[in-house]
Amino acid sequence: MTRKLAVVTAGVGTPSSTRLLADRLVAAVQSQVGARGEDVRVDVIEVRELAAALATMTTAAGLPVPEVTRAQDIVRAADGVIAVTPVFAGSYAGMFKMFWDTFSPDDLSGMPVLIGATAGTPRHSLVLDHAMRPLFTYYRTIVVPTGVFAATEEFGGGAGGDQLNRRIVRAAQELAGLMVSTATGVEGFVPAGPRRTNGSSLPDPTSITPFTRLLAGHDGS
Amino acid sequence: MQFGVFSIGDVTTDPTTGRTPTEGERIRAMMTIAEHAEQLGLDVFATGEHHNPPFVPSSPTTMLGYIAGRTKNIILSTATTLITTNDPVKIAEDYAMLQHLAEGRVDLMMGRGNTGPVYPWFGKDIRKGIELAIENYHLLRKLWREPVVDWKGEFRTPLRGYTSTPAPLDDTPPFVWHGSIRSPEIAEQAAFYGDGFFHNNIFWDAAHVGQMVDFYRQRFEHYGHGSADQAIVGLGGQVFMRKNSQDAVKEFRPYFDNAPVYGHGPSLEEFTSMTPLTVGSPEQVIEKYLTYADVAGDYQRQLFLMDHAGLPLKTVLEQMDLLATEVVPVLRAEFDARRPAHVPSDPPTHASLVAAGPEGKHHLVQSATLPEDRNETETAKESA
Repeated sequence: MTRKLAVVTAGVGTPSSTRLLADRLVAAVQSQVGARGEDVRVDVIEVRELAAALATMTTAAGLPVPEVTRAQDIVRAADGVIAVTPVFAGSYAGMFKMFWDTFSPDDLSGMPVLIGATAGTPRHSLVLDHAMRPLFTYYRTIVVPTGVFAATEEFGGGAGGDQLNRRIVRAAQELAGLMVSTATGVEGFVPAGPRRTNGSSLPDPTSITPFTRLLAGHDGS
Repeated sequence: MQFGVFSIGDVTTDPTTGRTPTEGERIRAMMTIAEHAEQLGLDVFATGEHHNPPFVPSSPTTMLGYIAGRTKNIILSTATTLITTNDPVKIAEDYAMLQHLAEGRVDLMMGRGNTGPVYPWFGKDIRKGIELAIENYHLLRKLWREPVVDWKGEFRTPLRGYTSTPAPLDDTPPFVWHGSIRSPEIAEQAAFYGDGFFHNNIFWDAAHVGQMVDFYRQRFEHYGHGSADQAIVGLGGQVFMRKNSQDAVKEFRPYFDNAPVYGHGPSLEEFTSMTPLTVGSPEQVIEKYLTYADVAGDYQRQLFLMDHAGLPLKTVLEQMDLLATEVVPVLRAEFDARRPAHVPSDPPTHASLVAAGPEGKHHLVQSATLPEDRNETETAKESA
């Protein structure tokens, strides 16, 4: 079965080192999922291309702008997400946050996420654990233990470059493991786990709570 | 089909003059707009309900009662009545009273409100918004349909031997719409009771509107109220017109750019391409709104927001003239021509509900036929 990998990258330049890191993570996840006997379909969302649409959506009472809804549908339908941002002023890029602000936890519950960040110096590396990890915890995602931080100098050779490679492989292994895992247990015997609305922002008549259940306990009797 | 205007009652500075109307001027302007709608032969005037500035309509039945006394034909409605934070007992009393004064020219639209702090101001928990809408509306149905009500729910003090007065006119409760943009639970609620579903799509794109309305239609059929295409649907709209479309754009742009909610955000061009807002000639308005019968199916009520964003009253009245004389007659004829005979052209009115008699489903508190009941009936038929 082909697994779907959504990549959200919030670099502002073209080319951007954030995208460079994203591409390396994608390649590593592809080979790790491949090693587990599955194919990967990769969809890359460049948040930069959605900047104006996100501003429109945010300032117009959540009006669903088509470019954004397409990107949201890709993320919702994914089996795993790679989320990478540059570090600005000690945190993730504002545009990166604007994109995630358009989601609700119900969209992302239980989603495996690999977080990555880039910056000019290694001194910003705590952004992974102090800014990005709490953000994705809010969405009830499963953030893999290894986050990948890449300082500019680590794109070169030397000890830093080697360590970056190792982090990329370890993080990719962790994400791939979650992406190919299947639910265990016999249906009905264990409580249902978090369930995402699969791939659509629109109401799904098959998943609606029937009104008699909504009314239960509220009919005055 | 019914066409009308709805107002949110915002007090907004006219960006072209810098002048802000007083609350009193705005309230009187709303009354003038309602009377003008009657004079133009429009079918509906609906007011919003808000409990915070810059909005004036905090007391809808006072306003609608005044309009009722000055009009003869127009249906008075709400957009919306806050079913979450109002006491359903007071809604039952206020709107039954209005129904008597307006001689039946009343329906109302339930909504949850879009201003978070209204919940705590009225002692309610916003996290319970859906539950409040469900429980309070069920109680409202009982108060309008059962002579003596005993009630114990989660949200209000219990009732023992309570009779709501006055009883609805002709013992026939007003027709109710449920307004929602993105909550399937509310579409489900409207479908369950066979009530109307109003999608206030003025900030929403056609694809999403179509999907929500279609969902409501399917569930309406599921609950045994008729076929999906017979479900009662209303849509919102927003237009600004001049004979020459460039004049319309030029005149409306400053109001758009500074409007509450969407001002200083998307461009007029973006917004008109994504939402029902149409700024141009009456012909362009007709062309755009005709497509909504494809988006939502043949529907029964179209309300237009005309008096928004600080537009002066004189301009609003001119806009209503264009709407009523050039747009509505064409839309009415075109929609009538495409509507199949088995699809109602109008939503239920007081007269049609009275004509349906006391045995009509409208008089049942729980009016849905549940699929399991149907199965039982079918099984019974088979064994008979």
